[in-house]
Amino acid sequence: MHGDRMPLIEISGVSKHFGEGDTRVDALRDIDLTVRQGEVVALLGPSGSGKTTLLNVLGCIIDPTQGRVTLDGELVFDGRWLRGDLRRLRLDKIGFIFQFHNLLPFLSARDNVALVLTLAGKSKVEAQARAAELLDYLEVGHRAGAMPALLSGGEAQRVAIARALANSPRIILADEPTAALDSKRAGIVMDLLRKLAAEQGACIVAVTHDEKIYDRFDRLFHLRDGVLESEEGEEP
Amino acid sequence: MNLAYRDVRHNLFRFVLTCLGLSLLMAVVLAMIGIYNGLVADALNIVKAPQADLWVVEAGTQGPFAEASKIPGSTRDAVARLHGVADAGGITYQTVEASHAGDTLRLYVIGYQPGHLGGPQTIAEGRGITQTHFELVADRKTGLALGDRIRLGRDSFAVVGLVENTMNSGGDPAAFVTLADAQTLQSQLAPPAQRVQTARGAGLLESADTVAAVIARLEPAADPRDVAQTVRQWKHLGALTQDEQEGILIGSVVDRAKRQIGLFLGILLTVSAVVIALIIYTMTMEKLKQIATLKLIGAPDRTIIGLIVQQSLALGMVGWSFGLILILLFKDFFPRRVVLEPVNAAVLAGIIVVVCVAASGLGVRAALKVDPATAIGG
Ligand SMILES: Nc1ncnc2c1ncn2[C@@H]1O[C@H](COP(=O)(O)OP(=O)(O)O)[C@@H](O)[C@H]1O
Ligand SMILES: [Mg+2]
Repeated sequence: MHGDRMPLIEISGVSKHFGEGDTRVDALRDIDLTVRQGEVVALLGPSGSGKTTLLNVLGCIIDPTQGRVTLDGELVFDGRWLRGDLRRLRLDKIGFIFQFHNLLPFLSARDNVALVLTLAGKSKVEAQARAAELLDYLEVGHRAGAMPALLSGGEAQRVAIARALANSPRIILADEPTAALDSKRAGIVMDLLRKLAAEQGACIVAVTHDEKIYDRFDRLFHLRDGVLESEEGEEP
Repeated sequence: MNLAYRDVRHNLFRFVLTCLGLSLLMAVVLAMIGIYNGLVADALNIVKAPQADLWVVEAGTQGPFAEASKIPGSTRDAVARLHGVADAGGITYQTVEASHAGDTLRLYVIGYQPGHLGGPQTIAEGRGITQTHFELVADRKTGLALGDRIRLGRDSFAVVGLVENTMNSGGDPAAFVTLADAQTLQSQLAPPAQRVQTARGAGLLESADTVAAVIARLEPAADPRDVAQTVRQWKHLGALTQDEQEGILIGSVVDRAKRQIGLFLGILLTVSAVVIALIIYTMTMEKLKQIATLKLIGAPDRTIIGLIVQQSLALGMVGWSFGLILILLFKDFFPRRVVLEPVNAAVLAGIIVVVCVAASGLGVRAALKVDPATAIGG
């Protein structure tokens, strides 16, 4: 049923190993993965299985050893990066949500969101207005002026999500987005992410250990020693 | 939005504290420069004070400041009679220890002939010397007040006037007395052996009336070099123009101080540079995770370099300003005169800017090396 939607992430034959010889670690082995518009998928697997490494490859943070990566219709890696400025690529296409919110402690909630907008070239006024709008959308508008240290865990994570969404990226990558939250708030955040994916035509790839939220994902992928196995969902 | 400013504002207390520490260092640097300037100004003050054109000294010496010089008092009349000389005065300089108000006071006693050259220029308080004996005009730094009496040798002197900023290159404040009093003082304070000689009558005439130099003011039309040439024809006399005298003083006294203070300044600036570099480096290391996050969300290197360099410059400039304020507030409490020219402060500011930018290099290097992947995960 997703077949007619546009694929936002397509990777094929991606491998990544760290080190050489005795110390060689094969973190990813020949991975193929396609994620389409509107999909919310989970990466599961024991510690050290390669989840973060895969997320880093999708986020253009580390170079795969081999393979092809296509993001939002653009072939960005084919044995080498095809774009010189990977940060610009991230700014344009990808939003990150972290386990810890990673908000800049010296900027207010609103300015944390506005920062990525100004980095993308928006004017100060535009950036402030859109940041306020996003915070309202995520129901933390009333905390816009607060510094991150004064936000609760749930509030901070929602501000971080607002930041990830600021430039309307088509791809949202999240590393344990709900690990620091209780199950009620984790559910709220996941529902929010689903809503975003549906409304913004984006896809979400989240690393998680949190069994209580498995039912919020369209598909679950298991990683074992760098090998990806699809467990549930309509696509192989 | 300016990240450097926001971060500083967020950690304002710590930033201000760091700036205060740095400003103390800056204040010491400025004090060193000011003390050096004061030294030069003081040294030249003594030479400039008589407003002379020519210094007649003992042949073969560079007296009376750089070397001892001793010539007969009668030289004054001979010099005064020379063609082109408007006025001449005998003058002596000696450092005397006296006790005043329970403290030992080192005075740079200047003996001059009232009515001729060599007396105090501007009296800040009180009056000049009018009596032939036992009156004294002192520099304020002596701590003496008008009407005080002070014992020098066997005689007691009355303080009748005060002057400012008159001291020798060693920092001893000046005290003006009449030439006659100064000569008496000289013989009273001479080493015992010499006194015995004097008592026996050996060279009595010569040693009782000697001066360190005769200073002369010339007619406007006269050329100091011509008159100096004439004086040098007396084999026992040498002559220096005012310019030569100032040159000698700067060369001998000031030059040594300059090298010493220059070296010290160099060390201090190096220390400041190391301290600034360390502070910037630590500040950057504490922010590595934030910097990784910035890289991850797409901030270009220029944003990250800006954050570090701007904070470093802010630190340097605020430290410099506080330092300047500190030194301006406290300069009068220094035992030596502290003279700060705007150009000194400006040059220091320039050096600080260079040091800060260079010191940021270490932090910038660390920041640019940090892997954006470190922002992901715990
Ligand atoms: N930068 C690196 N250098 C060397 N080995 C690494 C590096 N990053 C990850 N690895 C190794 O790759 C494997 C997968 O790691 P990771 O993707 O972090 O696993 P997970 O996130 O599933 O716990 C692990 O064996 C880990 O030790
Ligand atoms: Mg991990």
